[in-house]
Amino acid sequence: MVQSLSRLKESPSQTAGPYVHIGTTPNFIGINHVYAQDLGLAPCPAAAKGQRIIITGQVFDGSGAVLRDALLELWQADADGLYPGRGEHRGAADPNFPGWFRQPVDGVSGIYRFETIKPGAVPFIDGRKMAPHVTLWIVARGINIGLHTRMYFPDEAAANEADPIFTRFELRARLATLVAARDGEEDGVPVYRFDIHLQGDKETIFFDI
Amino acid sequence: MRNAPAPNHNGGFYQRDRAWHPPAFTPNYKTSVLRSPKHALLSLNNTLSEMTGPVFGHAMLGELDNDLIRNYATTGDAIGPRIIVHGRVLDEDGRPVPGALLEYWQANAGGRYRHKKESYLAAIDPNFGGCGRSITDEEGRYWFRTIKPGAYPWPNGVNDWRPAHIHFSIFGHAFAQRLITQMYFEGDPMIWQCPIVMGIPDKAAVAQLVAALDREATIPMDTLAYKFDIVLRGRRSTMFENRMEGN
Ligand SMILES: [Fe+2]
Repeated sequence: MVQSLSRLKESPSQTAGPYVHIGTTPNFIGINHVYAQDLGLAPCPAAAKGQRIIITGQVFDGSGAVLRDALLELWQADADGLYPGRGEHRGAADPNFPGWFRQPVDGVSGIYRFETIKPGAVPFIDGRKMAPHVTLWIVARGINIGLHTRMYFPDEAAANEADPIFTRFELRARLATLVAARDGEEDGVPVYRFDIHLQGDKETIFFDI
Repeated sequence: MRNAPAPNHNGGFYQRDRAWHPPAFTPNYKTSVLRSPKHALLSLNNTLSEMTGPVFGHAMLGELDNDLIRNYATTGDAIGPRIIVHGRVLDEDGRPVPGALLEYWQANAGGRYRHKKESYLAAIDPNFGGCGRSITDEEGRYWFRTIKPGAYPWPNGVNDWRPAHIHFSIFGHAFAQRLITQMYFEGDPMIWQCPIVMGIPDKAAVAQLVAALDREATIPMDTLAYKFDIVLRGRRSTMFENRMEGN
């Protein structure tokens, strides 16, 4: 016999289901009397420092069909590469930048859209710089456990090349799935298109973090 | 290394036990077939991008946010068996997780959701919206009042029904802890017939999602109670740190 480590197990995940909006963005689907506004849905405050950007795209299933019921969350550092919220010990992030956003995809087109700022670079565990990136978390009906991925920027080729993930040889063929495409601009704001493929030839790299 | 100060738990998070969670591909839950990645997930040591996370303050909560019986009601209380759901958010080391945001949503007592995509013929309750939220206190506790949701049919097999359940979305202290799950009710035989639940390989893991009837927390002549604890990932302590501090 041996002493027990007496640890608990993480609660198992279950799908967010088709009605995830009721709990997360009720105003978006017309449940208007409960919260003044939907959490995470507001665009980045004008006072936030940094280059404003738009990140938009769609989520595709293994048959190439667009998901119309997915919910995405975005988590990123501020323009100086500092994270707001908990766990950042290098300094205070921009107080006007929330770092976290949430968007349901459009119920007809399946398009999601984040209005944010371009993040600064954040160090990897060993001190090397990671290339600027945002973390995305995708949940939907049929997704049993939320999917983590990252979006990198197409105009940061040199930084991307040096990023610790991009130097992992076994991923070579799939790394392009993590890099957005520049898609013009809206009123002078750069637009990045980032499609997410849950399955198939273009399956996005998802992380076990 | 010096023998002080005491270890702090600010290292990377314990690796997620993927065998405890449902796999992405659970063919009896048909929608998962085309929505499940086929490649192996890319394992990545936690960086600051995963070890940080947003903070939600108690100030954002409205007075009725944790009272689903009243927070949408206009002409009277929501209809159905009145229940309290309460519990704690803990990490895998059993430590409370204070300041965790919980968002929960559910069908009404007849099993009907207030959602434009919902087509079940059970009646809408005009006084029930179906959502609420809490932030855990210093001891990781949360509580809310609602009505017990009904079971409902769903398009999967021609005769599949979901057991009564409440959906939960939980933010811990870091994005690595982000979790969405569902709570079921003690004694419900439909739990073990549900393709979504049965995607969880281990019965002990399913049991972790079944809230216990908690007679000691009931309000006599008023409201039954269920206790539902939620466990988020734990994290390594930095007793002997072998990586660059400050990164
Ligand atoms: Fe449900």
